[in-house]
Amino acid sequence: MSGILSLVTFLPLVGAAFIMFTRGSEPVVARNARWVALITTLVEFAISIVIWVKFDGTSSAFQFVERAEWLGPGIGYHMGVDGISMLFIVLTAGLMPFCILASWESIEERVAEYMIAFLVLESLMIGVFCALDLVLFYLFFEGGLIPMFVIIGVWGGKRRVYASFKFFLYTLLGSVLMLLAILAMYNMAGTTDIVTLLHYHFPPGMQFWLWLAFFASFAVKMPMWPVHTWLPDAHVEAPTAGSVILAAILLKMGGYGFLRFSLPMFASASATFAPLVFALSIIAIIYTSLVALAQEDIKKLIAYSSVAHMGFVTMGIFTLTHQGVEGGIFQMLSHGVVSGALFLCVGVIYDRMHTREIAAYGGLVNRMPIYAACFMIFTLANVGLPGTGGFVGEFLTMLGAFAVNTWVAIFSATGVILSAAYALYVYRRVIFGELVKPALQTIKDLSPREIAILAPLVAVTILMGVYPKPVFDVTSASVANLISDYKSALAIDQAPRLAARSQGVVK
Amino acid sequence: MNLQSDLLVLLPELIVAVGAMALLIGGVIVGDRLTGLVSWMAVALLAVAGVIVLTHADKASAFHGAFVVDGFSRFTKLLILMGSALCVLMAKEFYAIERSARFELPVLMLLATLGMMLMVSASSFVALYMGLELQSLALYVLASFNRDSLRSTEAGLKYFVLGALSSGMLLYGISLVYGFTGTTEFAGVATAVAAGGIHIGLIFGLVFLVAGLAFKVGAVPFHMWTPDVYEGSPTPITAFFVTAAKVAAFALFIRAIIAPFPAVAHQWQQIIVVVSVLSTVLGAVAAIGQTNIKRLLAYSSIGHVGYALLGLAAGTQAGIQGMLVYLAYYLVTNLGMFACVSAMRRDGESVEDIRQLAGLSRTKPHFALAFAALTLSLAGLPPLAGIFAKVYVFAAAMQAHLYIPATINIVASVAGAFYYLRILQLMYFDEPVRSFDSDVGRGTNVIMWGTSAISIFFVFVPAPLIAIAGTAAHALFP
Repeated sequence: MSGILSLVTFLPLVGAAFIMFTRGSEPVVARNARWVALITTLVEFAISIVIWVKFDGTSSAFQFVERAEWLGPGIGYHMGVDGISMLFIVLTAGLMPFCILASWESIEERVAEYMIAFLVLESLMIGVFCALDLVLFYLFFEGGLIPMFVIIGVWGGKRRVYASFKFFLYTLLGSVLMLLAILAMYNMAGTTDIVTLLHYHFPPGMQFWLWLAFFASFAVKMPMWPVHTWLPDAHVEAPTAGSVILAAILLKMGGYGFLRFSLPMFASASATFAPLVFALSIIAIIYTSLVALAQEDIKKLIAYSSVAHMGFVTMGIFTLTHQGVEGGIFQMLSHGVVSGALFLCVGVIYDRMHTREIAAYGGLVNRMPIYAACFMIFTLANVGLPGTGGFVGEFLTMLGAFAVNTWVAIFSATGVILSAAYALYVYRRVIFGELVKPALQTIKDLSPREIAILAPLVAVTILMGVYPKPVFDVTSASVANLISDYKSALAIDQAPRLAARSQGVVK
Repeated sequence: MNLQSDLLVLLPELIVAVGAMALLIGGVIVGDRLTGLVSWMAVALLAVAGVIVLTHADKASAFHGAFVVDGFSRFTKLLILMGSALCVLMAKEFYAIERSARFELPVLMLLATLGMMLMVSASSFVALYMGLELQSLALYVLASFNRDSLRSTEAGLKYFVLGALSSGMLLYGISLVYGFTGTTEFAGVATAVAAGGIHIGLIFGLVFLVAGLAFKVGAVPFHMWTPDVYEGSPTPITAFFVTAAKVAAFALFIRAIIAPFPAVAHQWQQIIVVVSVLSTVLGAVAAIGQTNIKRLLAYSSIGHVGYALLGLAAGTQAGIQGMLVYLAYYLVTNLGMFACVSAMRRDGESVEDIRQLAGLSRTKPHFALAFAALTLSLAGLPPLAGIFAKVYVFAAAMQAHLYIPATINIVASVAGAFYYLRILQLMYFDEPVRSFDSDVGRGTNVIMWGTSAISIFFVFVPAPLIAIAGTAAHALFP
């Protein structure tokens, strides 16, 4: 199976090149572009399922490994996946066909360019999760900014230019600091190979700065409070599929980065900074939930709720307990599905009414019962109702937090209540009540295409809630390995300090 | 060492020199009618010189060590020859459209190139100055080549006065160094400095020398001439300044600092660090407000000078390797960028206002794509070529413990990304204005497409360039 990761990473580029070279009149090119993009993403999804099936969940080692010469000594082309990264590839590949389908009719201008941008973006996103070399990782991580910048800027809403610049510059600023840290690590260890670096021991003083530099990048990407302000703007202005990708995949790169780099490579710095991360996470959970409560724009509300949910992820990851880390990963996956689905739901009514104002809606259940049911399921999953995917992740992260610090667990639990408040409040205002607004009198329920988009997501959301085992089968061994590596690295760092202390006692 | 073997070492330079003079005589006889032919012959001469540089001895010296051929000089000479040849080609097409072609232009460009080739091989201060002045005098004339244009003559005059000033500073520095070491040979100076230690007079000379060289590369605070000269000169000549002349000036800078002064590295490193940081910050901030594309690229080049100098500030072989990668990337990308600029024509007139780029992605999608790839590469965004140049320069700086300058520079690159993105915004997000002309010359199009393809696909085969740059840098650290 060697080569499958390169295949899954670069296949979308082939599709994009194919679209680029189609000739003909505007409608013909647009139709071809849609079909090529859909077929490419479906093949991608199939390949990712093959990866999942062939994946050996009992091993914590990297699998499907590929190596090739690339930049020179120490910096090579190295790909591979383990239990932490593999499911993100499935998530990315799985959501892309929905994004293409959701843009089928709503994107009418420059369709070919739109599909090219999405395919390039898919390639770069999957590359992030496959890369086992820091420079390669950086290339994919940063490269994704360009297609997203174009997607927001060309097909976005009224303030698209402002939102796209803010998104780009914010993320870039964080990332360049990470690049410097990568170079410092390269100078010290002589390689940027991630597998080697996972067992390389950086001196604690150096870890402090490296951790901060990586944190600058991942905290912005995540996004954590207080560097989250780009997210609501980007979400609101992006086209529906752009919002889906942003919420479902791009945000997960931050969490993935913490798991892949910060924790195992800078163990003692992670331990030092864990209280800071907890504090920021709790602020994110409570504060942004309150902000979400006050929103008048549906997309903005979901954006703030994403920040709050990512707070659970960072909290869970930095508890460094088995439940917390697994909960964090599960929460990222389920949030990927649920928030993506919520944005698709918003897209459905936005395509009909061309407004995202909550006040413009009301009583939709009367004319759109199927829609109301779907929206209900995703809303409740977002709240974290038992039986949906949202519950498992939140529960596990809080369980992990409880084991580490009771106060953290208590504060984060209040966030669950707040999320129920804003989610149910918006649901009531949009769906229930009398259908009095004249513009809504003729609104139509879901079309077959839209049902085809939302039905599988409903199934996945519920399946994740009642039968999460397949996910844990994949992640469990790698998470256990991560935690034991972390503990042993921490022990090495603390050994001299303990020794010094015991010597002091002897004297 | 007899004269014959000395001259053989100089074979590429001799070919360019004799060829330039022959073309000059030929041009005088046939007049401006055959300018196209003269241009092609100039390109052919440069190509022949390039082949000889490539196949000739890889290590030699002539005239008692005043002139050396090594990996470093060969690498930079090839860059210079490539840049010059493509600029001659661009100029030919530019003036064919303007209908004011004159045969002196390719001849002057050949002479300037000859000066550059001498500069990068110079191994004594006297040889260095000779090459530099030969280059500069030709460039002063080239800057004001549109002699009926007020902007062009102003650019030429400004360049001349300020260039003369910087040459004066350089000479003053050289004379002080000579006074305190008793020689103008780089190797001799290095021995004398190592033996004699740090003397205040020597430091004084070093500072003047660095100031003069910083002037030639256009680094802050000696950058004032660049925006005016780059804006006023004819576009292909600006391309020549930005690409070939800049690479030559950098090569000169590197050799004139690394070879004679390794013993006092700590002294000049401080100056270079400050110059580097100031250049990136000013380049990033000052470009934001520009609306003239050539002026904007002038500030962008100031910023790039800052990044490249970070490699010199490191003062190590890795730093020079990073710089050489940077120079290669910088030369190729800017050639493409200026090919794009000279393709910005409407009804036969050059357009320089960036707002006229609005909606280019709809009126000319392929042109916009090439332009965008080059812009993003200049911004240093992955996966385009620019990021690799940055990676190697910054890695060397981090290795030399220049943590704070590296951090300031890389943060400045984010501010700098803003104005590159603005070009992208104009081309892709905004509503279209009237389209540009289609017929801008085949060579210009080929340069545009070739360089943008290199920017995009460099990521797949980066190793050869980096390895070659490593070998070239090694030549300076025996």
